[in-house]
Amino acid sequence: MIVRILGEGQYEVSEVAAAKLEELDAELEAAIEAGDDVAFKAALGASVDVVRSDGRPVPAASLQEAEIILPSSDADVAEVLKLLSEGQLDV
Amino acid sequence: MSVMKRVSLIFRAKANRALDKLEDPRETLDYSYQQQVEMLTRVRRGVADVATSRKRVELQMNQLQKQVQTKENQARTALGQGREDLARAALEQKSGLQGQYQSLQQQYQGLQEQEEKLTLASQRLQTQVDAFRTRKETIKATYTAAEAQTRINEAFSGISEEMGDIGLAIQRAEDKTAQMQARAGAIDELLASGALENHVGGSPDYIQVELDRMGANNEIESEMARLRGELSPGSSEPPKQLPSGPGEGL
Repeated sequence: MIVRILGEGQYEVSEVAAAKLEELDAELEAAIEAGDDVAFKAALGASVDVVRSDGRPVPAASLQEAEIILPSSDADVAEVLKLLSEGQLDV
Repeated sequence: MSVMKRVSLIFRAKANRALDKLEDPRETLDYSYQQQVEMLTRVRRGVADVATSRKRVELQMNQLQKQVQTKENQARTALGQGREDLARAALEQKSGLQGQYQSLQQQYQGLQEQEEKLTLASQRLQTQVDAFRTRKETIKATYTAAEAQTRINEAFSGISEEMGDIGLAIQRAEDKTAQMQARAGAIDELLASGALENHVGGSPDYIQVELDRMGANNEIESEMARLRGELSPGSSEPPKQLPSGPGEGL
């Protein structure tokens, strides 16, 4: 599965890593709903670690879409909410 | 729905909106390529801006470091002259300056990371833009408009995600740089006005003023002693004593 970490590019990760990411994704979601920055940063940090340690960087010339996208490693809840509200991308 | 999936859908939606706007798919290629080249320029400017900010913070850190050293020296001099109060005040100011320094140091590291990320992003984008250009020419030369559609969509969506990502990265860098500049401006003003040294006493640097005054008094006293010695060697009546200054010490 191809995963992008915002600000870092794409990685190809294994099935095992993909399963871990799914768990962490649920934690991220809960943290966002609770507005809990501490829990959010912990879950995001763990997700980013999984991708970086398990994944192989996708060659930049490949021009593929990622299946899932992780927020920037130093993002907080507010920033992700802003991103999810979409307007920010239309620069 | 999953957060990570939702973020990716937002990027896809953006790519689709852009594709929908254009009627001839091959027109998409040229339009997109043009945007990519513009984005490359923007990301390079972003790298340069962050570097400028970083260098400014570096200069301020050096200045603060010097002031910390000054305060240390003042404390030592004051203590040598038996003025514990002044030594204490100097050390307090030193600690305030060190706090400022540490906060600058954190920001410096933040800027360094931004700079590295953006530099890598610009290299990545350069590679993608080159790949896109090659693919664009192939698609234009080989396929009819209808056939080209799928291939264009693939290439476009891939690069669009990267462009969206880099667009966000530049925004973040710009925000951070703007914050830093506001902060750096404030610190420059503080450094220039001497106000950083000023939060305990009144005059620009009352500790230095006091130390200088004490130094001058000592000099006067030793001059006085010399003159007395010259005027009345072995005299039994010492000349009239001048009142000594309040800060007189040995």
